Amino acid sequence: MSIQPVIFPSDILLGVLLAGGLLLVWLARRHGYFLEPWLRVGQSATGMATATVLLLYLAVGVLDSLHYRPALPAENAAKTVEYSPEVMSVLDALLSPLKNGTEKTYSAPLAVHLYGKETMTRADGQQVRDYPPALYGGAQRPAIGSLLLRGLLLSLPVWLVLWGGWRLARRRRSPLRWDAALLTAGLLAWLGLSVYELAAHYHVLGTDKVGQDVLYQSMKSVRTGLLIGTLTTLVMLPFSLLMGAFAGYFKGWVDDLIQYIYTTLSSIPGVLLIAAAVLIMQSWMDQHPDWFATVAERADARLMALCFILGLTSWTSLARLIRGETMKLVELDYVAAATAFGVSHRRIILRHILPNLMHIVMISVVMDFSGLVLAEAVLSYVGVGVDPTMASWGNMINGARLEMAREPVVWWQLAAAFVFMFTLVLAANLFSDTVQTAFDPRTRQREAA
Amino acid sequence: MMAYLLRRLFYAVPILLGVNLLTFALFFMVNTPDDMARAHLGAKHVTADAIRQWKVERGYDKPLFFNNSEQGLGKLTDTVFYDKSVRMLVLDFGVSDDGRSIGAEIRQRAGPSLMIALPTFVVGLLVNITCALLLVFFRATWLDFWGAVACVALMSISSLFYIIAGQFFMSKLWHWFPISGFAFGVDGLRFLFLPVLIGVLYGIGSGVRWYRTLFLEEIAREYVRTARAKGLSERLVLFRHVLRNGLIPILTGVVVVIPTLFMGSLIMESFFGIPGLGSYTIDAINSQDFAVVRAMVFIGSVLYIVGLVLTDLSYVWADPRVRLQA
Repeated sequence: MSIQPVIFPSDILLGVLLAGGLLLVWLARRHGYFLEPWLRVGQSATGMATATVLLLYLAVGVLDSLHYRPALPAENAAKTVEYSPEVMSVLDALLSPLKNGTEKTYSAPLAVHLYGKETMTRADGQQVRDYPPALYGGAQRPAIGSLLLRGLLLSLPVWLVLWGGWRLARRRRSPLRWDAALLTAGLLAWLGLSVYELAAHYHVLGTDKVGQDVLYQSMKSVRTGLLIGTLTTLVMLPFSLLMGAFAGYFKGWVDDLIQYIYTTLSSIPGVLLIAAAVLIMQSWMDQHPDWFATVAERADARLMALCFILGLTSWTSLARLIRGETMKLVELDYVAAATAFGVSHRRIILRHILPNLMHIVMISVVMDFSGLVLAEAVLSYVGVGVDPTMASWGNMINGARLEMAREPVVWWQLAAAFVFMFTLVLAANLFSDTVQTAFDPRTRQREAA
Repeated sequence: MMAYLLRRLFYAVPILLGVNLLTFALFFMVNTPDDMARAHLGAKHVTADAIRQWKVERGYDKPLFFNNSEQGLGKLTDTVFYDKSVRMLVLDFGVSDDGRSIGAEIRQRAGPSLMIALPTFVVGLLVNITCALLLVFFRATWLDFWGAVACVALMSISSLFYIIAGQFFMSKLWHWFPISGFAFGVDGLRFLFLPVLIGVLYGIGSGVRWYRTLFLEEIAREYVRTARAKGLSERLVLFRHVLRNGLIPILTGVVVVIPTLFMGSLIMESFFGIPGLGSYTIDAINSQDFAVVRAMVFIGSVLYIVGLVLTDLSYVWADPRVRLQA
């Protein structure tokens, strides 16, 4: 089957981000001083375990970023291939049973029938009022216990491989805490394979109002969360770096001007500024419906715009930090020496100032991430978040919060969004803690003393 | 001190002007009044007449900056910029899209907002500092370790879940509090407990963790060692020395928030049906009432700047070494 690759702007930026990450790895391998703090992250069990979880999320997000349009089944004899108007991602293809296995309405997790009773006609013509059976998984479902057992058995080879990896790490005397990473990977594999086995026959996390699988929705939301958490920082980074470094380096009126700009921006309450900007972006998009060929394209543009807006409203705190640090650096002897040698401003900033600001950048990137993922949910609730058609945890919460009043309670959508978000944010928070201690010169001094 | 205050207030003027210009640019130049009218009247089947009338009703039909059809000063004052932006500087906010005075609405709604936000703030601060001191007192024990872990876990939960779970368990299941609502007077107190409780719970994670770090940094200093060396009890060291010195960084983060308490919390108020400024803002966002959003943005920044000045004043109170000079 032929496909037509589709590349959204956000896919490109995610690619840029990944390339940047790889560049960082390459740089770290070349320069020891760059590698050193990361080695310290790797020496902490928390760091390695949370990094494994984050990598899993990243993998899901990347799979969901490889978009394409599948070819429609050929109807005419002519050679032209028609492509489906619906954009798919590799993740959609992998999860296609879940994607297509929709029900009529709500069904509880692992339930074999739907949420509400209906009047049905039985085979013998008698009318009964009962819960209609769930369509997904067929009439003959294996028991949950046997599926869980199969998941466990399937994970055994994975455990063997991981155990081999651990032996190898031990033999190589690796200083990193591979045990923590491999144990996490093993547990995740066990969980994943069990869910995989169950998902073939049940809606593991139930279905939503229109019968969509909640597990599928939660996985689709991973990409949105990741993009908001990372692209926003990517957008604001050059801005705050330049502004902060210029203000701290040139001082005088440049400093005054830049300080004025960021004091003005930061004096506006964050949510309101974001809301105002999003409202305006929205009505702008409404007037130009011709810009976007498909709904997905429009949703993607809105996501990107949201990242930009979040970035433009949040660059001020990092710029302030960078300004302070630059002011400290400028006073140091090696900068004075460089100035005395007649090195140009551009070169001094690029070669002597910027590399020494990297620890601040690193810390703030990982620290902002979790806050941004949480912010997405709140913004979606306020009505200024991502496009309502886009899968996101905020939209899931928003759609499900009123269903808590039902009897029996429809809790699974909220629970799913909660578990997925909580895992990601907790992992990110713990990871950023480790990164902070590893990169912060103060803790390093304390340990050296 | 007076001179210092005056100078700070003088600095605030260009910032407020900047905020004003920025919001004006955002709301009137990126988005022309025509667009606003169209967004409001329902996009598709709208006549030019209806748009014109909508604009006239709200005074958006004038030129943006410069009115050539007027005489003298009227050239500047009979414009959208003067009407909507310059007047905001003297706290004249005009009317919202449904024709009510924004100023009156704000005065009326600030009370309910404050009734939720102030107790949340005060109780939250006390609880957070107490918990942080407790963790510091038991530092390097399992209590401290698990306390810190619990803080990170609490921090990782979205505020929406606190509210939804709180309403579900404490109101719907256990019937401790009414789910939502608001009333003035003693009778209204029962409505306040749940939002305040949830607000405090939500703040505990990040608050305790932040204060704990501050106190731990403080406790590593020489004067603490001296205090212990002269035989003071750990309790005295913590309360008299560490807490007092830790106040400075705490004040930096805390005092600036106090004036903005008036603004209320967007999601709290809308979940609990409290007729405060937060729900006013959220309603304005949902109905695309730009006049209200603009007014709230401006008030927010005024309050923030007041908070900054208050922060400086609080230093003088907390730290006898600080002298504010012009």
